[in-house]
Amino acid sequence: MLEVTEDCTGCGICVKTCPFGAILVVDGKAVVQDNCTLCSACVQVCPFDALVLERKVEEKDLSGFRGVWVFIEVEDNGTVRSASLELLSKGHELAKELDEELCAILLGDGVHNLTGELGRYGATKVYLVEKPELAEYNTDAFATVIVGLITKYGPSIVLYPATHIGRDLAPRIAATIQVGLTADCTGLSIVDGKLLQTRPAFGGNIMADILSANHRPQMATVRPNVMPVMDPIDGPDPMIVFEDVTIDPGLIRVKVIERTRMDEPGVKKIDEADIIVSGGRGAVQDGKLEMIEELAAVMGAAVGCSRAVVDMGVKPKSHQVGQSGKTVSPKLYLVSGVSGAIQHLVGMKSSDIIIAINNDPNAPIFTVAKYGVVGDLFEILPKLTEAIRAEKGL
Amino acid sequence: MKIVVCVKQVPDTTDVKVDPEKGTLIREGIPSIINPFDQFALEEGLRIREQTGGELTVISMGPPQAKSVIMLSLAIGADRGVLLTDRAFAGADTLATSYTLAKAVEKMGEADLVVCGLQAIDGDTAQVGPGLATHLRLPQITYAEHIEMVDGVLRARRMIDDGTEIVEAKPPVLVTMTTPSDFVPTNPPFTKIMKAKKKPYEEWGAGDIDLDSSRLGLDGSPTWVEKVYPPPVREAGEILEGTSDEIVTQLIEILKREQFL
Repeated sequence: MLEVTEDCTGCGICVKTCPFGAILVVDGKAVVQDNCTLCSACVQVCPFDALVLERKVEEKDLSGFRGVWVFIEVEDNGTVRSASLELLSKGHELAKELDEELCAILLGDGVHNLTGELGRYGATKVYLVEKPELAEYNTDAFATVIVGLITKYGPSIVLYPATHIGRDLAPRIAATIQVGLTADCTGLSIVDGKLLQTRPAFGGNIMADILSANHRPQMATVRPNVMPVMDPIDGPDPMIVFEDVTIDPGLIRVKVIERTRMDEPGVKKIDEADIIVSGGRGAVQDGKLEMIEELAAVMGAAVGCSRAVVDMGVKPKSHQVGQSGKTVSPKLYLVSGVSGAIQHLVGMKSSDIIIAINNDPNAPIFTVAKYGVVGDLFEILPKLTEAIRAEKGL
Repeated sequence: MKIVVCVKQVPDTTDVKVDPEKGTLIREGIPSIINPFDQFALEEGLRIREQTGGELTVISMGPPQAKSVIMLSLAIGADRGVLLTDRAFAGADTLATSYTLAKAVEKMGEADLVVCGLQAIDGDTAQVGPGLATHLRLPQITYAEHIEMVDGVLRARRMIDDGTEIVEAKPPVLVTMTTPSDFVPTNPPFTKIMKAKKKPYEEWGAGDIDLDSSRLGLDGSPTWVEKVYPPPVREAGEILEGTSDEIVTQLIEILKREQFL
């Protein structure tokens, strides 16, 4: 419970910090109200260490849990999704620091040819489960198999990409084995042998460092395109552990009737692209986003858009950046004709470099842009496309 | 059909500001709202109730003030509201929250359909829905945009990373809803807000539910926040000026300097 000690001076810094308005200063001392959620935001800002959050600490021997595991997501075309390679690269670092093994969990049908590639990105062991029932992702089947593996081998860390599949799967596993899970991390490190998980919260307005120190495995989903992919290494192929499982047909309770891919295979996904060229309502001309698409093509970029563009039926939702679309963090986000509603900003403001073009000098998009251009995008974009073409000798 | 919809009261994060000097959240004046994903979940749940008949119960866990999101849900059309509120629930992470909700849903009797918002805008975890499904041993359909009952089976259109899927599951089932881009939340008229006050509303504490108290709140939560701090501050942006040709020249220089060309 949150306690206010004698050291409280009633300075009121905690009152301003509390995201829930749960602290009042009464008679020169902070008083915690019933709507306190114990989020601990106040504990850290108190200059007098007068707010104390007591937590029961159990002494458990967790040394038997060893190994950093990464869930491998396989694309429809049978390749490893880049988000999983990013996790292997990060996992390689974490495993080294812990002096533990980096292991890949690979489920599917006819996917054994991928194990060599997993080895080149640091995996020394691959837990391989091949079954016709695992050819396509299914929550019940995948969760059951992975829960079995975790229970049998006891890893210390399990990482999943924060894709639609990872975010469907990981919480199911966490709730089954009753361990912690941190969502959509943008940073991972080892501190005193524990996994420190960093993630944005409150719509990206604050960052939080999260621990799950008393439970194993420590689990996290990790935002795609944030962790760099390592240079492939030469070395022996990873050891393959073949796991034979029986999947009861009654286990699979949700059936896929139909699947529609918005894009042809090969079209860059916005959450995996290094460069996104994005357009809003202001960039739509004759029901198309043509200038954006042309610029994206010469830059080798993915095409993003705002919600308004999806509403107008100009682009499918898989291209939408923002609160009800995707959160992206490319190296470059070049955005035109988006005024910058907060719902759009939360989806892209963690991009490394943002270039914004808009005819309204007061558009909020300029508050997050490293480079801003106040001007007519219909004049600038074609010239920019032409200039890049010339630079690249296209 | 017996339908349960989970809702959460959240600070309107689109209004959250960070004190640039101290790097702390400025909470003053931020309104509390119903999580927008949950309002969509509620309206989808109500549509199913119209289709099949039955009862829709809305449930929330939170401080006593969270009653307001239940009252709003009742005004929008829910039949009955339950607020889980107890000091013992405070500090719950997604595991403890989903466990507590599951025990409360079990107390209500078998639900045919549980509908949640995909995620709450103050945490963005999307973990409570699947966690709740797991504790209730229900199949889950996440990222749904549209649901309907077809011959006694729940059919959902759901988002996958680069497209959509149509999936089906026999109730009982849990669905998490993501708002489609054209969703406009209902603002109930005054008469409905007044009528909502006559609908059944209950508050349950830990003692009212059959549960393992060691799995609640702060002590039942395997994860905890070690530290919060402001995101790295961005340098003030640079505004490029000149004719369109001059701007393009500057942009090319920037793209070269930042190694995109």
